[in-house]
Amino acid sequence: MKVLFNKARRLAGMTGLIFALSSGAAVAATPKDALVVGWQFDDIITLDTAEVFEFSGAEITGNTYDRLIGYDPEDVSKIFGVAAESWTVSDDGKTFTFKMRKGIKFASGNEMTAEDAAFSLQRAIVLNKSPAFILSQFGFSADNVKDMIKAVDADTLTITTDKAYAPTFVLYCLTATIASIVDKTEVMKHEVDGDMGFAWLRTNYAGSGPYKIEQWKPSEIVVLSANKDYWGGAPAMKNIFIRHIGESSVQQLLLEKGDIDIARNLETEQLKSVDGNKDIKLLKKGKGSLYYLSMNLKDPILAKPQVQEALKYLVDYKGLEDTVWAGRGQVQQAFLPKGFLGALEEQPFSLNVEKAKGLLAEAGYPDGFEIEMIVRNAPIRIDTAKSMQTTFAKAGIKVKLIPMDGKQVLTVYRARKHQLFFGAWGPDYQDPHTNADTFAKNLDNGDNAKSKPVAWRNAYAPEQMTKDTLAAVLESDAGKRAKMYLAIQKAHQQQAPFAFIMQEQEVAGLRANVEGYVLGPSFDSNSYKDVVKK
Amino acid sequence: MTTPTTKGGFLAVFFSTFYSKRAKPLIHFLSMLIMTFIGLLMLTFVIGRMMPTDPVIAVIGDKAPEELYEKTYKEMGLDKPIVVQFVYYLGGVLQGDLGTSVRTANLVTEDILNYFPATLELATLATIFGVLLGVPIGVLAAVKQNKWPDYLVRFFGLIGHSAPIFWLAMMGIVLFYQHLDWVAAPEGRLSVMYEYTLPKVTNMVLIDTMLAGDWDAFKDAFAHIILPASLLSYYSIAYLSRMTRSFMLDQLKQEYVITARVKGVSETAIIWRHALGNAWVPLITVIALTYATLLEGSVLTEIVFSWPGLGRYITDGLLAADMNAVLGGTIVVGLVFILLNLTSDLLYKVFDPRAR
Repeated sequence: MKVLFNKARRLAGMTGLIFALSSGAAVAATPKDALVVGWQFDDIITLDTAEVFEFSGAEITGNTYDRLIGYDPEDVSKIFGVAAESWTVSDDGKTFTFKMRKGIKFASGNEMTAEDAAFSLQRAIVLNKSPAFILSQFGFSADNVKDMIKAVDADTLTITTDKAYAPTFVLYCLTATIASIVDKTEVMKHEVDGDMGFAWLRTNYAGSGPYKIEQWKPSEIVVLSANKDYWGGAPAMKNIFIRHIGESSVQQLLLEKGDIDIARNLETEQLKSVDGNKDIKLLKKGKGSLYYLSMNLKDPILAKPQVQEALKYLVDYKGLEDTVWAGRGQVQQAFLPKGFLGALEEQPFSLNVEKAKGLLAEAGYPDGFEIEMIVRNAPIRIDTAKSMQTTFAKAGIKVKLIPMDGKQVLTVYRARKHQLFFGAWGPDYQDPHTNADTFAKNLDNGDNAKSKPVAWRNAYAPEQMTKDTLAAVLESDAGKRAKMYLAIQKAHQQQAPFAFIMQEQEVAGLRANVEGYVLGPSFDSNSYKDVVKK
Repeated sequence: MTTPTTKGGFLAVFFSTFYSKRAKPLIHFLSMLIMTFIGLLMLTFVIGRMMPTDPVIAVIGDKAPEELYEKTYKEMGLDKPIVVQFVYYLGGVLQGDLGTSVRTANLVTEDILNYFPATLELATLATIFGVLLGVPIGVLAAVKQNKWPDYLVRFFGLIGHSAPIFWLAMMGIVLFYQHLDWVAAPEGRLSVMYEYTLPKVTNMVLIDTMLAGDWDAFKDAFAHIILPASLLSYYSIAYLSRMTRSFMLDQLKQEYVITARVKGVSETAIIWRHALGNAWVPLITVIALTYATLLEGSVLTEIVFSWPGLGRYITDGLLAADMNAVLGGTIVVGLVFILLNLTSDLLYKVFDPRAR
């Protein structure tokens, strides 16, 4: 038997040796000239700027491509030239003429010209991928785009729209990811069967931004390298390594140990836990994403205006902000996020069970009713939905929560088969039209409508608001336009079957020595360009 | 079968060759293989189509206009009957085309060549640990039946089977990474400085680092794989030790053991050579099945350790309605099971002369 024990002991010793062998290689602080980021970026499905429409993909594109113009992340009303040095608008308000900046080089070494800019915008229209509507809403189609967007010469680009839209509307749309400028020569070198290089660019890079994309391994790693020839000056960090770390608690551990410099997905628990750690600092920025409760008007109970109003008084806005969201969101009760032109900041609703009960009695439901709420199975959404389940119950409304995977929720929502929906909406560009267009406009409420905005998904078809939304987008005076949106939001806030609850605040955990990382109002304005490590 | 005659010609030769004693089992095996595959694919395909998730949304996202939705719906062939869709897919598979993943923008075959080696490496190491530790402690428990080593092994096995892997993994990380600094960060397969520079040959980092002769990178890869492999092996150890104990107890009761003892054969030889020698036969199947299960990919372990393995690839694909990825992954898992079954059958014959 001794032999047996000796064998077992030897095996135990081997195990110890194996772990001991691996020790020592374990702790390695991140390199001084490289930034290591832990992030859940498994939503990236493409690198082609004509197709990128996901948060993570937009951030990668924002750091690796130039667009004609940009805006100040701290004050989005300040629009400035990037690849375009300047621009003018014709008297009829339809033609925008851009003078290109000289000396911008793509990663291939090719010099950027107006032809590249024209090609990039034309290509986005012809390929017609998900975000193409951001540009095609100005009347561009595959048939006319070559006439409406063209390079007059190497330095001059003209864009002609079908109507005289508010100039800021056009300009903000040109700051979107889809308006990124790609290297025409490089992309067309890889064209296959007239695809304008689409198959190639989905996994490759042809830009001129402060960083170049070296590698993208889906759900694994994104490697960026500094563009030494960047026209705005070479970035300090030679490389940005972005690792997909799916678990936020693991992100916290890695950040605390210094194995990553930035943790991007810390949840409320982790934020509380790192609070007070002198090696870690938190960076916060209000994003455009709004979390809202919507009520499908196809449901006879929810179609009653008193019920809709009652539900708006049954949400514990302040409680949610303080507990569930704890620093990751701020109450916002209108369809435009704070920071947008004309955003309504009034908050007329608060938890008021008695008032809600009165409204329900008026609607014929003094004892409440039973209802289903669909929600994506993500911690903060589930916790918010549970809070609503509790407060709704105070007025006798029994909510059956149905958690689903994200795409499953959308399938039900898009088919208008829900009763209550709790979810989020992020603006597609920095102009107020992006949200007005989806929440306050519905041209056809039929089941086979050509356009199915969020208002349609909830069978909400406000005639006057639709007209007002269409008028506001054509108003060239910014002051007047802001007032128009304020009026639309006020009416919407009271009448629409939507309870806007929270505006997301992005929080990143940074090692104390990391400086210059910028969180912008949208993901494509999150910037690594000025990052330094002290 | 008839012998070929001049009159029988080609057909006779064909039948005589393919229905000869040697060829028959092969034909049987191949036809079973093909039927199993088609059945597996059909089932996965139908389940995928019945899922309450719209695959078009996976491609175009939530915000695309309705006309693009309609266009993509048709392009994906979703307007055709499900049988036609399946026939198209099968046609592609037979030509080696598993389609493109909507999530990664890569060909599914490329993705599998990238993700499967990560799982293969982890599962192989975990199985090696499992066999090296699980079998001896199972023997120990059998020999010391109803004494404290046996209780200890059974208790260890019980924990291994009942503790959630997610919890166990987090505890392992907190202890071995955060406090003891024995292992590398749960950040994937390599530190960033090697991740980008290592030449990919087999896509198994332990092997690629060796091939590159980069021993620092090898040490780094080892420091990354050791904890997830050990945690996964804990489950194999728990299972294998329990099964070994049970097989050994059966063997130790056999008459040949008593005869050997009477003949004065040493206890060590009886246990390790005679009893374990016979216990290996059923153990091989158990080990093969444990290995096959690990090769499916352990989703939770892969998530916690940011390990880019097949389990996560298939699960993410399923959640994103990326059916090409799911079907491609299913083919690989099916192949793994078939190959390991075949291997265990062959090994059976090596260890058990009666099966020859």
